[in-house]
Amino acid sequence: MTHTPHRLEVEHADIGYGDKIVLHDLSFQVPHGARVAVVGPNGAGKSTLFKALVGILPLKAGQILIHGESLGTHKDCVAYVPQREDVDWRFPVTVHDVVMMGRFGQMGWLSRASKNDKKIVEKSLEQMGIAHLASHSIGELSGGQQQRAFLARALAQEPHILLMDEPFTGVDVTTQEATLNLLNHLRDQKVTAIISTHDLNLAASRFDLILLVNHRMIAYGAPQQVFTKENLAAAFGNSLLVMDNGMMLVDECCPPGEEHHHVEVK
Amino acid sequence: MNWLLEPLAYQFMQRGLLASVIVGVLCAVMGTYVVLRGMAFLGDAMAHAILPGVAVAYLFGGNLLLGAGAAAILVALSIGFFSRQGDVKEDTAIGILFAAALSLGVAMISTMQTYAVDLSHILFGNVLGVNSSDLWMIAVISLIILLMVVLFYKPFLVISFDPVLAATLRLPAELLRNLMLVLLALTVVVSLQTVGVSLAAAMLVTPAATAYLLTRRLGPMMLVSAAIGAFSSVIGLYLSYYFNIVSGSAIVLTATVLFLLGFLWKRTKSI
Repeated sequence: MTHTPHRLEVEHADIGYGDKIVLHDLSFQVPHGARVAVVGPNGAGKSTLFKALVGILPLKAGQILIHGESLGTHKDCVAYVPQREDVDWRFPVTVHDVVMMGRFGQMGWLSRASKNDKKIVEKSLEQMGIAHLASHSIGELSGGQQQRAFLARALAQEPHILLMDEPFTGVDVTTQEATLNLLNHLRDQKVTAIISTHDLNLAASRFDLILLVNHRMIAYGAPQQVFTKENLAAAFGNSLLVMDNGMMLVDECCPPGEEHHHVEVK
Repeated sequence: MNWLLEPLAYQFMQRGLLASVIVGVLCAVMGTYVVLRGMAFLGDAMAHAILPGVAVAYLFGGNLLLGAGAAAILVALSIGFFSRQGDVKEDTAIGILFAAALSLGVAMISTMQTYAVDLSHILFGNVLGVNSSDLWMIAVISLIILLMVVLFYKPFLVISFDPVLAATLRLPAELLRNLMLVLLALTVVVSLQTVGVSLAAAMLVTPAATAYLLTRRLGPMMLVSAAIGAFSSVIGLYLSYYFNIVSGSAIVLTATVLFLLGFLWKRTKSI
C-alpha cells in the first residue's frame, strides 16, 4: 500500500439521480480502520450513498474526500462488493478470474499477473473458503458462494476502504460468518469498512459507528448514541413500535426475504 | 487430396480463402463481445446501415470499404444524435435508421443496370471478387482490430462483466464502450466483401454463440470462436466452389451447423 489509510470525509453532499436529490446535505467523517454500519428504512438512500462513494454517481453538491483528496485521485483504495443485480452471472469467467480482477488496478492494464498477484488471489480464495471452487464458473455457484467470491476479490484488491451494500441480506449462515470473519481480518489490517444492513442487532453489536439515514443524516456515532427512541422514530416513522418495557420493534414491509428486525435499547 | 488442392490452383480462390479466414476469425473474436454484451441487434443494424455507403461507392466506382466505413460512422453518429435527448429510445433509433439506410441503399442500387447481380454481391458477399489490394486492406484492418482486442482485453472484460468495478478502478467506461463500437463497425465493414451486409451479423453472432456453449472463460471462448469462424470459412468456401452456392451463405450455413452441433453436445452433456 502506498498511502497510509487516513480517513473518509463526506462534506455537505447532495446525492441523487437527474433532478431528484435522494440524500440531502450529508456530512460525516470516518476515521481510518473504523467499521461503519449504514442503517435506514428501504428507499432511504443507502444504495445511493454507496454509488456516490464508489464514484459511479456524481455528487450534486459538496464533496467526498479520501485521505484528504477528492474521490478518484486514488485508483486502488476503494473496493466494492456489488449487489447481485449489478453483475452478469452468465459471463464466462471462473471464480479465479473474478478474484484476479481485484488485482487489475495494481498490476496495470497491459502486464500479466505476477507471482505475487497469483499468491494474493490464492490466499484470498482460501481465506473465504472457496479455494476448491476456483476453476468453477461464477454462474455455477450458490448465491452465498458468489458473494464470497466477490469478498475474496475485495480482499485481493488490498483496499483502504471496503464498501458493501447489504452483504447480510439473503445469504446463508456460512457466508454471513465468512463476511464477519473478513471484517475482523480487515480490522487488523486497519481497513475502513462501510456496510449497509437491515440487521439492527448486527449493526449494534459488531460495528463501531452507525450512520442512520432517511434521505438525510439522522444520527451518526456509536450504537448507544444512535439507537435512541427519537432517532429511530425519525428514521423509521410509523414502522417503529415502542413497547412499555423499553423494547422497540422496527417492522419493514416488503424487502424480499426480509423478516422483522428488532433492537433492544435500554 | 486432389479435391482439396484443385480450387487453390486459381488465384481468386487463394485470395478468397485468405480473406474469408481472416474475416471469419475477426468476426468471431469481436463476436464474443457482441454475444456477451447483447449487441447482436446493433451489429445487424450496423451491417445493413452501411449499404448506402457501399452503393455510392459502387455507383461512382470508388472503394467499397471506404464507402462502407463512412456510412458506418455516419449512422453511428445519427443513432447518438436521435437518442441523446431521450425523446427516442436507442434501440428505436437503431431500428429506424437501419431500415431507412437499408431502403436507401437498395433504392440506389436498383437504379443500376446490373441491379440483381450487384445487389446480391453486396448483400451476400462476393469473396471470389477480392483483389489483392482489397486483401491487403482486409488484412491490415483486421490485424489492427485484433491487436486492440488483445491490448484492451482486461478493460473490456471489466466493463462488460462488472461496470461497478470499472468505476472503482476509474476506467473511462464511456470511452471504452465507444472504442468497442468503432471496432465493431470496422469489423462489419471488413466483412462486407466475404459474407456481405446481410450475413455479417450472423458471422458476428453464430461462432461466438457456439464458443459460449463450449467454454467457460473469456480467453478460451475467443480462441474457440476464432477457430470455428476460420473453419466455417474454409468449409463454406469449398462448398461454394463445388456446389456453386453463394459463398457468404455457404459460410454462414456451415457456422450454423456447428452451432447446432454445439447446442446438441451441451444438451446431451447436461442430461
